[in-house]
Amino acid sequence: MDRKLLSGDEAVALAALHAGVVLGTGYPGTPSTEILEAFSELGGHAQWAPNEKVALEVGLGAAFGSARTLVTMKHVGLNVAADPLFTAAYTGVSGALVVVSADDPGMSSSQNEQDNRRYAIAAGLPMIEPSDSQEAYDFFFSAIEMSERWHLPVLFRMTTRVCHSKSIVTARESGAPGREAAPAPHFEHDIAGRVMIPAYARPAHRRLRAKLSEIAAWGESAAADKLNRVEAGAPHGAAVEAGTTLGIITSGVSYMHAREAAPAAKILKIGLVHPLPLERARAFAAGVERCLVVEEGDPILADALRAAGIAVESKSEMYRFGELDVQRVRRIVARDETPEAPPARGKPPELCPACPYHTVYATIRKLDCIAAGDIGCYTLGVLPPYQAMDTCVAMGASIGVGLGLRHVLPLDQARRVVSIIGDSTFVHSGISGLVEMAYNRPATGHVVIVLDNGTTAMTGQQEHAGTGRLLDHNPTNKLSIEAVAAAVGIESVTVIDPYADPDGFEQLLRDRLASTELSVIVARRPCILAAADIRKWEQQAAAIRATSADQAAFDLPVEER
Amino acid sequence: MSATYPKGAIPSAAGRSVVNVVLAGLGGQGVIKASDILADAALRAGLDVKKSEIHGMSQRGGSVTSDVRFGRAPADRVGSPMVPAGEADFLVVLAPSEVEVNRATMRPGGVLIAPELVPEGELANKRSLNVALLGALSTYLELPREAFMEALAAALPEKLRGVNEQAFELGRKLAAEHVTIS
Repeated sequence: MDRKLLSGDEAVALAALHAGVVLGTGYPGTPSTEILEAFSELGGHAQWAPNEKVALEVGLGAAFGSARTLVTMKHVGLNVAADPLFTAAYTGVSGALVVVSADDPGMSSSQNEQDNRRYAIAAGLPMIEPSDSQEAYDFFFSAIEMSERWHLPVLFRMTTRVCHSKSIVTARESGAPGREAAPAPHFEHDIAGRVMIPAYARPAHRRLRAKLSEIAAWGESAAADKLNRVEAGAPHGAAVEAGTTLGIITSGVSYMHAREAAPAAKILKIGLVHPLPLERARAFAAGVERCLVVEEGDPILADALRAAGIAVESKSEMYRFGELDVQRVRRIVARDETPEAPPARGKPPELCPACPYHTVYATIRKLDCIAAGDIGCYTLGVLPPYQAMDTCVAMGASIGVGLGLRHVLPLDQARRVVSIIGDSTFVHSGISGLVEMAYNRPATGHVVIVLDNGTTAMTGQQEHAGTGRLLDHNPTNKLSIEAVAAAVGIESVTVIDPYADPDGFEQLLRDRLASTELSVIVARRPCILAAADIRKWEQQAAAIRATSADQAAFDLPVEER
Repeated sequence: MSATYPKGAIPSAAGRSVVNVVLAGLGGQGVIKASDILADAALRAGLDVKKSEIHGMSQRGGSVTSDVRFGRAPADRVGSPMVPAGEADFLVVLAPSEVEVNRATMRPGGVLIAPELVPEGELANKRSLNVALLGALSTYLELPREAFMEALAAALPEKLRGVNEQAFELGRKLAAEHVTIS
């Protein structure tokens, strides 16, 4: 048997390949980024969208065309994609659409630790949650099967520890809905099914709830044993509490911690976290003396079970915050609510020593700017020595937040407001902020600094529309940030290398802050970590262009050569 | 407190159920590469293995740790991918500044493999400190040397293989001479 040591992300990519997924799309975001990168490396068709909303819409279109489709994003990305998601639950799909939501409990690299299991409840979509890489691989097939059987998008919830931990995967050899079984993409009209005007959406809502009822019944049946299963406690495990049989209801990576923390406990492990197998849980809880729910994040399983009249014990509120681990689950089992030791504080990350943004932050600090910041490596400008960022909320928010401040602050403060946004973030959701800036212009004007380092640096140097290269680094059309800015009505657009010309950058920023014009400064210099790769890809692209120019010349009629 | 002991006084990891290793250092030092090699060696030795780390910020020079756990399935199947605090059998540290912040991950009697084990200048390429410390670690583990060599070959480009194999052997030699335990 072929045993591979794979991360959860890599396992999903391998499963997508084996399941015949014809298109994978998404936007980079820790901890989901590696799924599409691995899918591409395995030979799958993977692409980066400008943001998660567009990715989901592309995936939905592909699934309307009967294709098997994968869309990936981090948890906060699903907020961006929520608009199409909720109505895609009504339209359903003709092929398969699996939407990976990679949550980040503990916020290893995120601005919040929202629990996206709530999206499954809110949108009314089935959600599957694996516990390790083998399950990420196996459950992905279940997600494809469910999506095709019920013609619904299926949410596939992973968390940082499932995405990034490596464990052994044995890939299936046959019996899966493999490439052979994948339907050939094709289009069939279904106007009432896919055009969500109220008259068609009202019955669609009823159809959705009927499908969910069917899935709930299926989730209770033996057919769903792969997803939802009961495990007896280890016979040799020490009793956790003498004289008490402990039952634990759990899902995701919490199952792994629970299995280790309470080896004697019976466990109901839930892989289909929405809709929940409530009757299985009821029978399970009735068969143990103490029934404890072990879940990371919000008490969603516990609340749902209690609402169904099942007497379960939930963790104390203190365990809502951060990741769980074996030690914390031991404490939950022991009902230990004493304060926890603070985690060891190592060295925080920082801007790379040769990062081109040092000059930018030094200048912003020197000029005492009010800096509306954004999401990316450059958020590290908030840390000492610069502390040159005043807000950071969501992708693209720097521009809107900066404009709001400009509109209301007294003049002496309003004139010092700048918005700082990276190149990939600008493409993601900065453009509509610029449209707002040109449309509802503040009396003092505004200054946006686009930190263009030519890559999505934070998540590990992914391409985006502004780099002019595809996910696999092959050349494509290149979005021009300065042309977009000019096109929406920004009056002053300047490109400068802040690293090569720090004095020029300072003078430019002083000048723009003093003006009441709408200004965009594109501070352009390649990320120090990506620069060598970028040069290599540019050379490859030039070689391809040269070859195809030769080819084009050859293709011309002889007299035109 | 730590002290230097002759090797014979170190409790062996042999016979323990699941072996817990925590590797620690700073971004760019090769902590994750080292844990990949260790986990791959365990895989090649036919063991159940899991490894886990947080690498969202790892390229920005901050602290990085990686956990590797392995055992012989089915009896010693690995559960959680994370080493519980206070249960690491081995703590392998690549940067002096990272020793104290991670010390609490070790169990009583656990083995600390600190960067000072490899004197400066002994390595042909100082970037192979990670592999040298893996070499030191390997002297305590029941993993065959070939498993490490295969894992090294799979993880590193051809041109770096020689210098890293030397680093691995240097680590083995130095560990045989002395080691520090908590």
